[in-house]
Amino acid sequence: MTNIIETKDLQFEYTSEEEGAQVVLNGVDLKIRKGEFVAVLGHNGSGKSTLAKHFNAMLLPSGGKCFVAGMDTADEEKRFDIRQTVGMVLQNPDNQLVATIVEEDVAFGPENMGVPPEEIRKRVDEALKAVGMYEYRRHAPHKLSGGQKQRIAIAGIIAMQPACIVLDEPTAMLDPRGREEVISTIHRLCSEMGITIVLITHYMDETVDADRVVVMDDGRILLSGTPREVFSQVDELKAVELDVPQATRLIYRLQKAGVKGLPAGVLTDDECIEVLSNLLEVNGCPSSKPRN
Amino acid sequence: MPILETKELSYVYGQGTPFEKTAVDSVSIAIDEGEFVGVIGHTGSGKSTLVQHLNGLIKPTSGAVLLDGRDIWAEPKKIRSVRFEVGLCFQYPEYQLFAETVYKDIAFGPQNMGLSEDEVNSRVKSAAQFVSLKPELLEKSPFDLSGGEKRRAAIAGVLAMEPKVLILDEPTAGLDPKGRDVILGQIREYQKERGSTVLLVSHSMEDVARVSSKVLVMNESKCAMYGTVDEVFTRSSELAGMGLNIPQVTRIFLGLKARGYDVNTCVYTARQGRDEILRLLSKARGGAAT
Amino acid sequence: MIRDITFGQFFPAKSPIHALDPRTKLVLVVAYIVMVFIGNNFFCLGLAAAFLILVTALSRVPVKMILRSIRPIWFVIAFTAILNIFYIQGEVLLFEWGFIHIYDRGVFTALFMAVRIILVVMGSSLLTYTTSPTDLTDGLERLLSPLKIFKLPVHEFALMMTIALRFIPTLIEETDKIMSAQKARGADLESGGLLRRVKALVPILIPLFVSSFRRAFDLATAMECRCYHGGEGRTRMKKLQMHAGDYWAFGVTILVFGGIIAASILLPKVY
Repeated sequence: MTNIIETKDLQFEYTSEEEGAQVVLNGVDLKIRKGEFVAVLGHNGSGKSTLAKHFNAMLLPSGGKCFVAGMDTADEEKRFDIRQTVGMVLQNPDNQLVATIVEEDVAFGPENMGVPPEEIRKRVDEALKAVGMYEYRRHAPHKLSGGQKQRIAIAGIIAMQPACIVLDEPTAMLDPRGREEVISTIHRLCSEMGITIVLITHYMDETVDADRVVVMDDGRILLSGTPREVFSQVDELKAVELDVPQATRLIYRLQKAGVKGLPAGVLTDDECIEVLSNLLEVNGCPSSKPRN
Repeated sequence: MPILETKELSYVYGQGTPFEKTAVDSVSIAIDEGEFVGVIGHTGSGKSTLVQHLNGLIKPTSGAVLLDGRDIWAEPKKIRSVRFEVGLCFQYPEYQLFAETVYKDIAFGPQNMGLSEDEVNSRVKSAAQFVSLKPELLEKSPFDLSGGEKRRAAIAGVLAMEPKVLILDEPTAGLDPKGRDVILGQIREYQKERGSTVLLVSHSMEDVARVSSKVLVMNESKCAMYGTVDEVFTRSSELAGMGLNIPQVTRIFLGLKARGYDVNTCVYTARQGRDEILRLLSKARGGAAT
Repeated sequence: MIRDITFGQFFPAKSPIHALDPRTKLVLVVAYIVMVFIGNNFFCLGLAAAFLILVTALSRVPVKMILRSIRPIWFVIAFTAILNIFYIQGEVLLFEWGFIHIYDRGVFTALFMAVRIILVVMGSSLLTYTTSPTDLTDGLERLLSPLKIFKLPVHEFALMMTIALRFIPTLIEETDKIMSAQKARGADLESGGLLRRVKALVPILIPLFVSSFRRAFDLATAMECRCYHGGEGRTRMKKLQMHAGDYWAFGVTILVFGGIIAASILLPKVY
């Protein structure tokens, strides 16, 4: 079993009184491998959050199938196994912590699963250390910053020892510092603990270091590939009103202005500096410093 | 004479308790009429506390706020009228919507001002237009709007008071890129058309660079920098030291400069970046021709 | 600012009383209240007071704070005392004026009742001073858990308490923010008659309700994601364990209790 999550022609629709039947997901085929860091990018209403809620059986497909570690999410008996396998972190850091003390909140999941007390204690300590919040274990959640609260929420999921964590816009309500804390934490969980990460977001800069970027639009997968492959398609992304990194946009604008010989899919600062200094060098704008 | 001025403004939380904390530390700034000021600083830098002084929601511990040269606390009973002249739109303003219809919600401010029904009506209509809320939405319940529409309706509630100074605390927080661009565009449009003074509190230096003429940087309760966009952003390494994210393009041009290329580092958007590279290329070509 | 209000009256300190198991403290407080009400003469109350003084001294909670706990109920104390003075008749008439007759027994009873109430209130406030709300909820849940066989929702009740404690500070902060936002739109919360003031609360209460519902909905989703399915099959990380101190506390209390029962049987009653 190498795919932790697999959807087959996944459809989801609901009926609202005012607008009748609404199709939110329209045939999504997606495979997420174990240990992969997948970012799902899309603007509001693209269906990305609805898709995420299928990954732990919070929503069930109207058509097609969704499998989690081989289990069909429609199978009601497997529901708790599925939610233990795929943990979910939500957007609002204030609204997902239950207890008045950090460590007791982290213990909430394992307690629900009926894990023995000594084992819970061990898991809670490990989970808090994994997100770098161990020294805050006796604090009250409401006194922490947004980024810290979100890391506690992540610890609460890790303590359930899931194979995969789905994060539904975990940084939308955070300041830049909090965003950075959360993103670096989940990268570490993926690389060090081998946890599969599915990051739902509308901030493209958070997806640059992912293994794979999936772009959703109008209930479908529009693009899927490495960040470099996806972000080189500037026109497609612009058409669905999504951003690309400034470096990518800069190179793209230069290409549009007729500058030749620039590669597509430049993402990081260093790549862009390299590309631009080559460009300047070739065109006779020498650096005052010798290159080594 | 500046329209809004602070003189040695300080604010101390919980004075005399063990939790005493200076949130604003002798800030003196002057804002000219028609200026578009971006206010940046990370969470806890004091920027939100500072702006709540400007419309008299918080009374300074020491120092003064001058509106049109007059101390706003000269007559504490008239502080409400200051709030109509300095409109403040809080972060996540959609959480303050309450009326049965969008119209009534936007009308709340103008009605509190004691304006006539006709005047209220025309202000609501024009505020809704500024944030491009369709007229048919005005009769809907604000709770039935989409996220972006709610945000715009709440901003319209402040615009409808037609304040001389408009302060927006992170109006784009939590929105997707599309929603963010729409709101920033509308604010800029409003400022141009009305010629009013605008303060935009933001985490995003890129957004601030795109719309403002001046930048105020708050750090550790103090005003760390206050000047034009170029004056402030040339000190990008200092800004990075304060934990602020400088735009990627700026970082790239700083990198090019460090490699010895003669580039202008006052570049904040991809468009400015392109123009700067094109300028260098054409200069080189011109140089080669002669 | 409202945000400065602290909730509960927990006084954090390291003391043998703080270290007691919350269940012990709950049981002992109940026992203490029972003995204060069984005691029917001043010797009994003296014994209870001595017990209270001992516990207070051990708890390291400032005496001033414990005295402060009577403040909200002094009116109740005064009221019962006055009723007793005027209505209870006895053998010796101390004072007579018009229809007012005050007898010796009336005065004694009044004094006795006042002391009783003061002792009960101070004793139970000591419980909340030395036990954090979380521990209190926890202790209550476990003490009452046998009631589950009568289908009483003990776990649900405890969880409700916990969630309330968790969200009260958040909601206070939110109220503060909404008030500021409406004031920025010229809402006038300070002036006008009662009706106007109540009306002025609408723009604050409605957003507060809406956001509370949203939070409740989010929290329910988050709890479901974390496999919450009621109290069945649930384990707890924190095991409450009785230590030597708890047994000592029980021992001392039993002694005092015994003394009070003996004294109330052997010594003459006050009323």
